Amino acid sequence: MNKISVIIKREYMTRVRKKSFIIMTILAPVLMAAIIIVPTVVMLNQGQDFKKIAVIEDGSDLFRNALPNTKEAEYVYLDNVKVNDLKNTYEQAGYYGILYISPEVISVPNAIQLISKQQPPIGLLDYIENSLEKEIERQKLLAYNIENLDEIMKNVETNISIQTIKIDETGQSKETSTGIAMVLAYIGGFLMYMLVFIFGSQVMRGVIEEKTSRVVEVIVSSVKPVELMLGKIIGIALVGLTQFMIWVFLTVAIAGIINSTILKKANLTEVTQTATQNLMSEQQQAAVASVQAADVNPELAEFSKLFSSAMNQPWGLIIISFIFYFITGYLLYASIFAAIGSAVDNETETQQFMLPVTIPIILALMVAMGTMQNPESSLAFWCSMIPLTSPIVMIARIPFGVPYWQLAVSMALMIVTFAAFVWMSAKVYRTGILMYGKKTSWKEMWKWLRYSG
Amino acid sequence: MALFEAKDVTKQYATQLALDKVSIAVPEQSIYGLLGPNGAGKTTLIRIINQITGPDSGELFLNGKKLKPEDVTLIGYLPEERGLYKKMKVGEQALYFARLKGLSKHEAMKRLKYWFKKLEITDWWGKKVEELSKGMQQKVQFIITVLHEPKLLIFDEPFTGFDPVNANIIKNEILFLRERGATIIFSTHNMGSVEELCDNITLINKAKTILEGSVNDIRNQWAANEYDLVIDGDGKVEGNGQFSILSRQTEKGKDIYRLKASPDIDTNYILNTAIRSGRIISFNPALPSMNEIFIRVVESRN
Repeated sequence: MNKISVIIKREYMTRVRKKSFIIMTILAPVLMAAIIIVPTVVMLNQGQDFKKIAVIEDGSDLFRNALPNTKEAEYVYLDNVKVNDLKNTYEQAGYYGILYISPEVISVPNAIQLISKQQPPIGLLDYIENSLEKEIERQKLLAYNIENLDEIMKNVETNISIQTIKIDETGQSKETSTGIAMVLAYIGGFLMYMLVFIFGSQVMRGVIEEKTSRVVEVIVSSVKPVELMLGKIIGIALVGLTQFMIWVFLTVAIAGIINSTILKKANLTEVTQTATQNLMSEQQQAAVASVQAADVNPELAEFSKLFSSAMNQPWGLIIISFIFYFITGYLLYASIFAAIGSAVDNETETQQFMLPVTIPIILALMVAMGTMQNPESSLAFWCSMIPLTSPIVMIARIPFGVPYWQLAVSMALMIVTFAAFVWMSAKVYRTGILMYGKKTSWKEMWKWLRYSG
Repeated sequence: MALFEAKDVTKQYATQLALDKVSIAVPEQSIYGLLGPNGAGKTTLIRIINQITGPDSGELFLNGKKLKPEDVTLIGYLPEERGLYKKMKVGEQALYFARLKGLSKHEAMKRLKYWFKKLEITDWWGKKVEELSKGMQQKVQFIITVLHEPKLLIFDEPFTGFDPVNANIIKNEILFLRERGATIIFSTHNMGSVEELCDNITLINKAKTILEGSVNDIRNQWAANEYDLVIDGDGKVEGNGQFSILSRQTEKGKDIYRLKASPDIDTNYILNTAIRSGRIISFNPALPSMNEIFIRVVESRN
């Protein structure tokens, strides 16, 4: 046991001290945060870019008041101006672009053009499209000569936004967001894939390094091959866990900073505070909060809602299952990788063995991505049970909610399988590391597996 | 008394027999040569002694007791292909291997300092192995092998990669280790060093022992009543019924003869004959070199 700990320590220390490890560990969460924060900041600051747009209608004035000015843009209705004349001068006149509406628009939907030097933002296009669509609808309805049409229209106008509330077994409810669950499923599944793959192949490279440099001969004259293999696998697992824990810690820290700085502006902390209260009072408070939010800034309110919904995810369960599936999934794959590493003489020879091992991992990733669309599908269910794919698929399913019995069965299968794989790999490894200059096949490895001495 | 003994060790790999009832007995505080052509089974035997692999049948004894897994701490092994982590620093690496052999950190540091100083490599402590020359790496590996002061040392081709000066340093260290009580198994193709260092040898060919015994006995056994004679003079030594001239060369005015005598000859008779032809400079029984014996034995078996 003491010798294994010496090996674990070496495997751990040599990797943790590498510059690449330190850089990756610090940079990854910063990049991740940047991916989330930058679009938010951009979104929040977008309104400041004010645009003036010239509207030209060719020969009619159906849409004279159809485009009310907004905070982002002013719509100036120009009479008696030809598009071709304005095309050359609109910029000097201070316009962002020209909106040209042809009279055929009621029957030909694409008879509208927005002419500008830059690609106009989606929000602007959406706004124009919606407004004009409404106006055209109104015009068409007018043709039916319905009495009091304006009043009726005002009456039927509704605006809805679905609020999703998930109720757990204890009757507690939380505001959730399918969007957040999808993001978590994506990040979780992908992270698991990356970690298992990166650290699994590190094990393989380590084994090959020891074999080609013949260090292994010196070591196995001091310790048992199994001890060397386990020491290496555990050492590298600890490296992975260290990295993961630092990532979690940094992410929490960054999230905390976002919470206390950006969101403070919106004065919306009540939303997060009410998160765990019961259904009734939450609905009331949320209503109050959203009224307040509407007064402040709709985008920020939206962001804050997403953020509070993210906070409401079962983080404890997610992190604990992630660690469990990382450890077992990694042990499963790392032991296969170790066996492969022991069977070859150099890295290029690993190709033929890598393919059958890579297929289940990539399959798992693909199923996990599909899980985001349909977490209850039977494919997702079975793949989250089968140990070769379950670490990635199950992690992708958890944010959507997984019954505990499924989690338990999947975990139990995982434990049994990884133990079996470690045991078999150790047998292959023991023979493989001392074999040189021989092209190994699966058949050969199968034979080693059955060697007794 | 034999410090180490292997009795009827047999090892079968999938397609070939690596060792066929090989036995060796290594007397305490001696240097034992393990010889044989490539692929004869030497490495397999060494791996079995190191308990890296197990024999199919046969028994191994250390100090008269059956070899146990814990005995690895009593054995030091310098493999033919040197194995060091290239990216690791020399000092750290030496310490790591010492810890794997069961030394405490404190004790390992103390001994490492002593050995690094003795072999004059203290300056390399903080360097990475890949920065060292092959000979330097060999020195580090040598220290790693002997550091835990094992009773039994196994050196597989210890001199390859060394320049003559450093080879001599290592040779003296090996002799010094024996003096201090270590028993050494020494595998090599360099027959010159066998004659110089080994007390006993075993020659393995195609998985079987084909020659064993003390180096002196073997050389005398294989001596074929031949003598080397060097004379400074004008006359010519002629063969007669008692001995014949196998070859004659002249070098710097001296004549060098290789004579073959009849088995029961009185060597003084040869000298009496020779003395008439000039001044005798030397007269020696021509013992065959281990190299010759090696080649002759192996070839006669093939």
